[in-house]
Amino acid sequence: MKKYIDTGKKDTRSGFGAGLAHLGRTNKNVVALCADLIGSLKMDEFIAENPERFYQIGIAEANMIGIAAGLTIGGKIPFTGTFANFSTGRVYDQIRQSVAYSDKNVKICASHAGLTLGEDGATHQILEDIGLMKMLPGMVVINTCDYNQTKAATIAIADYHGPVYLRFGRPAVANFTPEDAPFEIGKAIILQEGTDVTIVATGHLVWEALIAAEQLAEKGISAEVINIHTIKPLDEAAILASVAKTSCIVTAEEHNILGGLGESVARTLASKHPVPQEFIGTNDTFGESGTPAQLMEKYGLNAAAITTACEKVIKRK
Amino acid sequence: MANITELNQLTTQVRRDILRMVHKVNSGHPGGSLGCAEFFVALYNEVMELKEGFDMDGKEEDLFFLSNGHISPVFYSVLARRGYFPVAELSTFRLINSRLQGHPTTHEGLPGIRMASGSLGQGMSVAIGAAQAKKLNNDSHLVYSLHGDGELQEGQNWEAIMYASAKKVDNLIATIDLNGQQIDGSTDHVLYMGDIAAKFKAFDWEVLSIEKGNDMSAIIEGLKKAKSISGQGKPVCVLMHTVMGNGVDFMMHTHAWHGKAPNDEQLANGLAQNPETLGDY
Repeated sequence: MKKYIDTGKKDTRSGFGAGLAHLGRTNKNVVALCADLIGSLKMDEFIAENPERFYQIGIAEANMIGIAAGLTIGGKIPFTGTFANFSTGRVYDQIRQSVAYSDKNVKICASHAGLTLGEDGATHQILEDIGLMKMLPGMVVINTCDYNQTKAATIAIADYHGPVYLRFGRPAVANFTPEDAPFEIGKAIILQEGTDVTIVATGHLVWEALIAAEQLAEKGISAEVINIHTIKPLDEAAILASVAKTSCIVTAEEHNILGGLGESVARTLASKHPVPQEFIGTNDTFGESGTPAQLMEKYGLNAAAITTACEKVIKRK
Repeated sequence: MANITELNQLTTQVRRDILRMVHKVNSGHPGGSLGCAEFFVALYNEVMELKEGFDMDGKEEDLFFLSNGHISPVFYSVLARRGYFPVAELSTFRLINSRLQGHPTTHEGLPGIRMASGSLGQGMSVAIGAAQAKKLNNDSHLVYSLHGDGELQEGQNWEAIMYASAKKVDNLIATIDLNGQQIDGSTDHVLYMGDIAAKFKAFDWEVLSIEKGNDMSAIIEGLKKAKSISGQGKPVCVLMHTVMGNGVDFMMHTHAWHGKAPNDEQLANGLAQNPETLGDY
């Protein structure tokens, strides 16, 4: 892992907060909305600097999505902030009709996604949100891996006109994306080149994929690691180019394998270049209380699980 | 001062449009559309300050959002006859490849539409957002919205109603179409909502009533009064008492024509009650 250094653990939601603060200073059309979770979403800095461009909605997520849609009429670029569960499942029809179908330039920014929310348990640990959002026509779906990438993505989506779902998390995790790395929506990042197996990972599992690649290297297996921060539109060219070399693939996501990244990759491969695939993700289950590390281990979402899946998929070639 | 006779003539033509549109495709929602014909005609031809042409941002003009999107026939007719798109296009209502979808949408680029509606209860939040954008833009124009009475059973409305007064969204005039009917029967029968005026007042809104919601003069007077008390710290609610199916006797005072088209004979009957004034499309 010489190329990727953990510069210190930071939470991705703080990357969102930093990106939003940057936008507050650079883009006067950006407005922010929150449903009583300012601290959790790290929106304090934006609010302190731009109080007139912040809307505290209260605990009323449906109203928040509708107001955000309305704010676009008049040229504003609304960023909504709440937990991933309340950003998607709770307000699916509001997003579907008032944002996606209405072609509104709303950025739905969702923290505390997945199991790593931890002790709060399954009510808050949504593992279905990528699927929900990627099914909406026209919706861009992004799941960032670390602080720097989340900050860069937050800034980048303001320049894209259209609805975006930006998914990030709660815990402090390795921050390894270079601070100056450009963020291009829909453009996968080849973190490490390899020839035996492709690992396509998103969100918190990107760092785990890099650790897995190191473990595999010690066993003489050359893994290509792709950071697929944008799940929709999917960078099919990058995936197809990689499997043309490796002839097998492992997808890794902190999400249900039903409806997630892995299925998007499988659909691409099935129609264009079928190869053996293994899926790292939760399997048709809710989460539960526990520490993030305990949960990721119990549900098989860590480097060890990725390594095992890679060895298995290579045998299927 | 409005020429009430001309506005009434336009309303009669709008009723003809509604009947002919839903009859042609044997689907759509004539009852609520007919009940709100006077409101739409007044709003778009006498009450709102509108720019020429259409752009999505709608800066420096009043905006309108239809929350109960199923009454699209009246919306489309009035928009077309106000010049937003060709009147002839009304003949494409609900047909394949039409911009006049069953429920209004921005998706097909129909001028005059700024938000999809159809799934109920979402329009007030959207109107609030647009109103707050106007405040940010130092645009003193108003945002109008229309909601069905049955639609108030959707909980999102009450999130929005609570928010609008708390945040002093006083450039919003939300009209409730009190026709007392919904799909399964009267609103009192399906889910009694009590005193709606008292509810809005309890949420700290200004509340006005238009008792004769199918009387052109009464609507204009009511909406202008609403306008006069906007901008004073509170959102304004207009409770507009209408008759579902107004202007077509066999469709009036019943929920039966909420979402049912007239047959050939019924169409002829309805049209005979509303003689052509400005020319059919």
